[in-house]
Amino acid sequence: MNAMLAFLRRVANLCRKELQVILKDPASRVLLFVPALLQSLMFGYAATLDLRQAPYALLDQDHGPAAVQLIANVEGSGVFRRVATLHNENDIAPIVDAGEVLFVLHIAPRFEQRLSAGETTPVQLILDARNSTTAGTASGYLGTIVSRFNADWRQSHGGGAAPLTVDVRAWYNPNLETRWFMMSSMIAVLSMLQTLMLTALSVAREREQGTFDQLLVTPCTPAEIMIGKSVPSIFVGLVQSTLILLIATLWFHIPMAGSLVTLYIGLLVFTVACVGIGLAISALAVNMQQAMLYTFVLMMPLVLLSGMTTPIANMPTAMQWLTTINPARYAIHLVQRVYLEGVGLGTVIGDIVPLLIIAAVTLPFSAWLFRHRLV
Amino acid sequence: MNTQAALVAQGVGKRFVIKKAGRTVVALDDVSIEVKTAALTALVGPDGAGKTTLLRLAAGLMVADTGTMTVLGIDAAIDPQAIQNRISYMPQRFGLYDDLSVQENLDLYADLHAVPHDVRGKRYKRLMEMTDLGRFTSRPAGKLSGGMKQKLGLACTLVRSPELLLLDEPTVGVDPLSRRELWEILEQLVREENLSVLVSTSYMDEAARCAHVAILHDGKVLAQGTPESIRNTAEGLCFAVTPPADEAPRHLQARLLDDDKTVDAVPRGGKVHFVRTRAAVEQDDPDVANLLGTSQAEPVPPTLEDGFMLALRSKVQRDLSSVASVAMSTPTRALKADETVIEVRDLVRTFGDFTAVDRTSFSVSRGEIFGLLGPNGAGKTTTFRMLCGLLPASSGTLRVAGHDLRKARAHARQQIGYVSQKFALYGNLTVDENLKFFGGAYGLSGTHLRERMAAVKSQFELDDSGHAQAGLLPGGFKQRLAMATGLLHAPDILFLDEPTSGADPLARREFWRRITALAEAGTTIVITTHFMEEAEYCDRVVIQDAGKVLALGTPAEIRRQAGETDAQTFDMEQAFIGIVEQNRKASRGGSREAA
Repeated sequence: MNAMLAFLRRVANLCRKELQVILKDPASRVLLFVPALLQSLMFGYAATLDLRQAPYALLDQDHGPAAVQLIANVEGSGVFRRVATLHNENDIAPIVDAGEVLFVLHIAPRFEQRLSAGETTPVQLILDARNSTTAGTASGYLGTIVSRFNADWRQSHGGGAAPLTVDVRAWYNPNLETRWFMMSSMIAVLSMLQTLMLTALSVAREREQGTFDQLLVTPCTPAEIMIGKSVPSIFVGLVQSTLILLIATLWFHIPMAGSLVTLYIGLLVFTVACVGIGLAISALAVNMQQAMLYTFVLMMPLVLLSGMTTPIANMPTAMQWLTTINPARYAIHLVQRVYLEGVGLGTVIGDIVPLLIIAAVTLPFSAWLFRHRLV
Repeated sequence: MNTQAALVAQGVGKRFVIKKAGRTVVALDDVSIEVKTAALTALVGPDGAGKTTLLRLAAGLMVADTGTMTVLGIDAAIDPQAIQNRISYMPQRFGLYDDLSVQENLDLYADLHAVPHDVRGKRYKRLMEMTDLGRFTSRPAGKLSGGMKQKLGLACTLVRSPELLLLDEPTVGVDPLSRRELWEILEQLVREENLSVLVSTSYMDEAARCAHVAILHDGKVLAQGTPESIRNTAEGLCFAVTPPADEAPRHLQARLLDDDKTVDAVPRGGKVHFVRTRAAVEQDDPDVANLLGTSQAEPVPPTLEDGFMLALRSKVQRDLSSVASVAMSTPTRALKADETVIEVRDLVRTFGDFTAVDRTSFSVSRGEIFGLLGPNGAGKTTTFRMLCGLLPASSGTLRVAGHDLRKARAHARQQIGYVSQKFALYGNLTVDENLKFFGGAYGLSGTHLRERMAAVKSQFELDDSGHAQAGLLPGGFKQRLAMATGLLHAPDILFLDEPTSGADPLARREFWRRITALAEAGTTIVITTHFMEEAEYCDRVVIQDAGKVLALGTPAEIRRQAGETDAQTFDMEQAFIGIVEQNRKASRGGSREAA
């Protein structure tokens, strides 16, 4: 009992010191809040895959009422904005090459005539697919516009109702805004990056300044030192998640569907797993420069293989396997389900268990590294 | 040109504003010195005395706030480039490229200084002969020893023939053997090439080899002139006394130093060398007999350091006895004679296939001051780190404070205090926060912690600095805070790693006065130092080279082992060089050195 008390007292002492060191330094104080704030605002506004006012060019060689109707449908959506009207086919290549437009809509001569004759009438779409994502989105939008045009045409020309219609209801994100998806991912990813950096650097900094030796000669055991390093980092990571959560709900007005308790349980487990990785880096790195380098090398795959920017299901099988050891993958999934979908703890258990397993591997591993690399 | 001085500084002043701490540091205050042509001039002083600032002003890298700096007849404030074309400056950390070979480094600096290709061959040959680096021209600079690196730095500085050479502490961190070699090179350069040299140093013995010496302290010139003239100020005031057989020299030294009529007292060669104030000597010094007891003092010729201490003590008033009296307030324990607190048997530490420490054995008794000496890379730091439990041993027995370090590390640690060479406390926490944290780490809390904090703060004169940010404290305060932290939990054993490097002589006396008092109170002290004369304060020392113990014993035994006789007495530095050289010669004879 006494030993337990002494242990707790020493750990509390280490934690207090760690927080003092973090909070007393004006530079690291700024580092705690400003990047999280800036990045979440930036991602919220800038990182969007939604098309708004995308420039396009029109080559209309028919000029009939049907063509005018189709163009009105395209331009009325607010998604596309005509920046050029072409007069012959030779104009197409230069304007796409120059990157001035995302696509050229080409309505061939005899458009109206063929339509009226009941023939299948092609409308040509020339896409600038250098950015395949926006090109794909644009083509999708146009597909929708064309099918609506088809349906209208049939109705007004006595072709009867379309045999099949798609009725879209986008659940959890009714307006299909990328921001909703991005911001909820950020709650996990941003705090992961900061936690990793903080833990990885904190030991390296102490080692560089010689304070780590001073710490090691005290009766504190490596395990106590590790806990003393982890708890403040976990705390800071959760504070950052909270910050982004507040920006998402209060600034971007993304409604929180689930329970805060479930969300924080998930985030806590996730942050512990990240701290384990950070500590392993810090045990391996000899100085701050190395710790920084290792962290940056790790960050890229952690973010890429998390499903934040590209769906995991689209990745090659080997990569999909790799994502299973990435804590960010589970955390993003978990946060989205709880935040946007509002599921309870029982549903996200499939994300929490892998996170627990990762934490159960990284923490003892870094403890092992600590013992073998340091003492 | 020859009649003119190579460098003249007149009333030079320079200040720096430290924004964070909100204070201004006066680096140089009304400094006037002259560097004669074709001679060595030394700039002596502790860290922070202003040596580097003065050299940088001379090299035209900074401009003085007040006064004029004239180098080779050119005003440094007006045409620094003209000066830089004619001088060579070697900063403290010379920019060698670690991955380039010795030859490539030389070529690089020759190219930088546009040394014509036809004179290079001859110049290289001479430099390689002088520095004895000829065998290593293809070795990467990063793989050279500390002393060899400094010699290569000097060679790179000298690829062209400068008219004035400025050297900033070229021997810092260099072992005594390499130090001696570097100085021989410098003397040869002056003799054979009529070079003018201004060299800064914190070693008095180095200054004594120069034609002219300027002593800097807190940015002011304390004294300057030939070494003789400075030495002679202490003429007739210096004495040596042999302590009685049952008393360690440092006890007598401590007693003498505590007296307000003593200027300085140091243990030296088994005796105690001390300087009395002129006033006391002129009145036949009635009190000294009380201090000496049965021993008889005899007058001895003064040294440069005596002259320096005399000048310093006339400027800086400091009562050293108060230092000791509070130091005694550390909790004392019952002294058991010959109780072994550290036991090392067949200690080995290997890094890959390199053996850093090779079958080392010794033991340390309670209350002993035990010194670890050795050239750089000799294994003393590795040994030291194993003793503190910072590095596991590869094999062998290591018992500290009755605990096996391989098994009960945490228990052993409770009994030891550790003060590292560089400042290793949390710089952005205050003095009190640092003490509170480390107190907590050692399991102190509540009233007990507060009492101990108050005790060490008064012991190390930090009472008024509790709320000061530790990282912004001046150097001397940082060192005292480090000591206070190391002693907070009243450890049985205190480990000190190069605690006095860069400190001024007075601060070093003060430091050793505290250490002596601590040892008397029963704290065992294990210390590494590169000031060989400080080995005289130790009860016993161990000298290591290439991982092996070369000598182990009291300073007197070490000197005898080095070949001291009644006719020829050695100081510790000579003894050290003697022992290391003897051993290297022996091992070279056995197996031809593989270079």
